[in-house]
Amino acid sequence: MEQDKPTAIQRLTKKREKELLEMIGKQQIHLTLERMYLIRAFEEKAEELYGLGKTHGTMHLSIGQEGTALGACTAVKSGYDYLLNHHRGHGHCLAWGGGVKEMMAEFMGKETGYCRGRGGSMHIADVERNNLGANGIVGGGLPMSVGVGLSIQMRGTDQVCLAIFGDGAANTGPFHETLNMASIWNLPVIFLCENNQYAMSMSLGRAFNIDYISQRGCAYNIPAVTVDGNDFLAVYDAVMNATERARSGEGPTLVECITYRWRGHSRSDRQLYRTRDEIKEWREKDPITRLAGKLVKAKMLTEDEQVAIKEKTRQSIEDALVYAEDSPAPDVSTVMEGVYAD
Amino acid sequence: MLTDMNLEVNQHSVVRELTYAEALREALRQAMQKDASVFLIGEDIGIYGGAFGVTAGLVEEFGSERVIDTPISEAAIAGACAGAALTGMRPVGEIQFMDFVTLSMEQLALQAAKVRFMFGGKASVPMVLRMPSGSGTGAAAQHSESLENLLVHIPGLKVVMPSNPYDAKGLLLASIYDNNPVIFVEHKLLYKIRGHVPEEMYQVPLSETKVVREGKDVTIVATSIMVARALEAAEKLQEEGIEVEIIDPRTLNPLDEDPIIKSVVKTGRAIVVHEAVRTGGYGGEIVARIASSEAFDYLEAPVRRLAGLDIPIPYNRELERKAVPQVEDIIEEVRGLIRGAY
Repeated sequence: MEQDKPTAIQRLTKKREKELLEMIGKQQIHLTLERMYLIRAFEEKAEELYGLGKTHGTMHLSIGQEGTALGACTAVKSGYDYLLNHHRGHGHCLAWGGGVKEMMAEFMGKETGYCRGRGGSMHIADVERNNLGANGIVGGGLPMSVGVGLSIQMRGTDQVCLAIFGDGAANTGPFHETLNMASIWNLPVIFLCENNQYAMSMSLGRAFNIDYISQRGCAYNIPAVTVDGNDFLAVYDAVMNATERARSGEGPTLVECITYRWRGHSRSDRQLYRTRDEIKEWREKDPITRLAGKLVKAKMLTEDEQVAIKEKTRQSIEDALVYAEDSPAPDVSTVMEGVYAD
Repeated sequence: MLTDMNLEVNQHSVVRELTYAEALREALRQAMQKDASVFLIGEDIGIYGGAFGVTAGLVEEFGSERVIDTPISEAAIAGACAGAALTGMRPVGEIQFMDFVTLSMEQLALQAAKVRFMFGGKASVPMVLRMPSGSGTGAAAQHSESLENLLVHIPGLKVVMPSNPYDAKGLLLASIYDNNPVIFVEHKLLYKIRGHVPEEMYQVPLSETKVVREGKDVTIVATSIMVARALEAAEKLQEEGIEVEIIDPRTLNPLDEDPIIKSVVKTGRAIVVHEAVRTGGYGGEIVARIASSEAFDYLEAPVRRLAGLDIPIPYNRELERKAVPQVEDIIEEVRGLIRGAY
C-alpha cells in the first residue's frame, strides 16, 4: 500500500544554507560554534573527572550530538520559551545558555551547582531561564510538555515549549498520550526527537518497524520532518519552522534529528551492540567540524578565529573547574531542604 | 451523625448544609472564580460532570478551556498538571477512579514529587490531583481500590483524605493554594453525605490532625469514610460505658502526629481503622509513630490495626462488605481491646 510518509532525510539546498547563514549573522554563528566546542570540552572534562574519581554516579555523554542541541535551542528564544529535555542533557543546558560553572559545580555535587548538588548530571535544570530540566526517565518530560503548552495557551503568551526526547522515548506509552493531546488541543510544543539510533543497546532497526520516527506524526495529524541531526543548519531551519507554526497558533510539530553518540550509553557500557567501524564512520560526520567547515567556506570564520574560540572554551572549562572545586559542598544539615515548598 | 462534626457556627447563623460532592464543587467554583490560574483537567469532567458528578455545571460556567475533558490518558493528565504547575498555573486534575492512578504513577512519583528536590528547591509544583477511592459500589476489584499508601510513601507528595463535607471544601481550597503536588483522596460513599458547609471561601489547613470526638478509654485513628463508621461505633459503645476518642489525621503526609500521641497518652489504648488493605497500609505508620513515642509508656494494650482484608475487592455484595471494616467490626475491636483480649 502506498502511503504518504517521509521517505528521506530532508536536506538543505546550498541556497537555503546561504540564506540561513546570512540570517543568523557572523556574530551569532560564532557564539553557536563556541557553544558547540564548549559542550564538547565540558563533556570531555566530565569524562576525565569521572576517571579521576572526582565525580560519581552515572553520566550520559552527548559527544557527537552537539549539532542537534544547538540547532534546536538557538531556533527558539531560550529564557523566554520553555525547555524540557532528557537524561543526555548536558548539551541542551549549555545550548540553552546555561552557565558552565553552575553545571560543573552540580557535577561535583556542590552547593553552588544548578541544583545545589541534589540533582547531578541527570537532573540539571535552569528554572530561572525556563529550562525545566533534564529527566532521568525516558519519555518522562513528554507529558509535562502538555501542561506547559496548556499553560502558555491559558496565559495567552506566544511562548513555545521545546520538548527534546530520544528515539527510545518514542516507544513509550506517554509519547502516544502526549502527541495526541498536543494535537487535539493545538499546543505550542515542538517535539524534537534526538534520534541517536540506540536506546541503550536497542538499535533503531530492532525497536521500530518504520524507517523514520517522524512517520509517527501522521498518526496524530502532526506535521513531521526528519533532518540530519549533525547538520546544525538543518536542525535550526526545521525547528525555526516549527517554532513559527507554534507561535502563530498552528500547533505542534515533530522534528526528528538523526545523530549518533560517540560514547557509550553511560559509564558502564561495554558497547557490545555496535562496531568500531560504525563509530568511526559517525566520527567523520562530526557536527562541529562540519559547521566550522561551512563557515570557513562561507568566509565567516578564519583559522585564527577558530583557534581563539577553542581557546576561549578551554579557558571557560578550566575556570569552571576551579570554581566548582573551590565551592562548598552542601551542609548535611540541609538534607531535608527542598522536599516541600512553603 | 456527620453533621455534628464541624459545627463551628455561631448561634445566629442558619446551618447551611451541602453534600460532600457539592462542597467539593463549591471549592472548585470559588477557586476558579477568584483565580484565573486555576483550571480543571480530567476524563469526562465537562458536560458529563465527572463520573461522580463533582464537576457538574462547571464547564457551563467556566468554558471548556478551563474545564478540560481529556482522552483516556492518565499519565498525560498527571504530567499536564505538573507541567502547568511548573509554569505558573494551579491545575486541579481528576483521576476518574483512584485505581487508575497506577497509570499516572511515573508522572507523580518520579516527576511531580521530585522536581522541586532534584532542582535544589528552585521549582514548585502547585497541583492537585483529585481521585475517588473506596469500595461499596459493587464495582469490584479494578474500581474500588484505596491506594493512598502508595502515594504516602513518596516524599514530595502531600496526601489528603477528607472525611466530611466541611473538611472536603476547606481541605480542597487549602490544597489548591498549597505550593506542592497534593493527592486529594475522596470517597465514593461520602459524596452524598450532607453536612454543614459555610458559603465563604475557607481553608482547613493541611497537616492539621483533628480530634473529632473526645473520650477517655480508647483512641481510634480513622481516615476517610472510617471516621463516620467510627463515630457510629462510638455512639453504640457509649451505651456500654466505653468512651471513645476519634482522631482524623485528614492529611496523611506530612502527618501532624502530636494530637495522636497526646490522645494515646490519655487513653492508653489505640486502634487504627482504614479501608485500605492492612499489609503495608497507613495503619502501620500510625502504629509505629505511637510505639516510638512517649505514648508507648502509657499503653495498656497492644496497638491494633483494623483494615481491609489483604484481598482485591470482590463483586458479591456480602463479600465486598466483608472485605473492609464495618461499624460492627469497629465495635468488636474496641470491646476486645477493652476486655484485654489481645
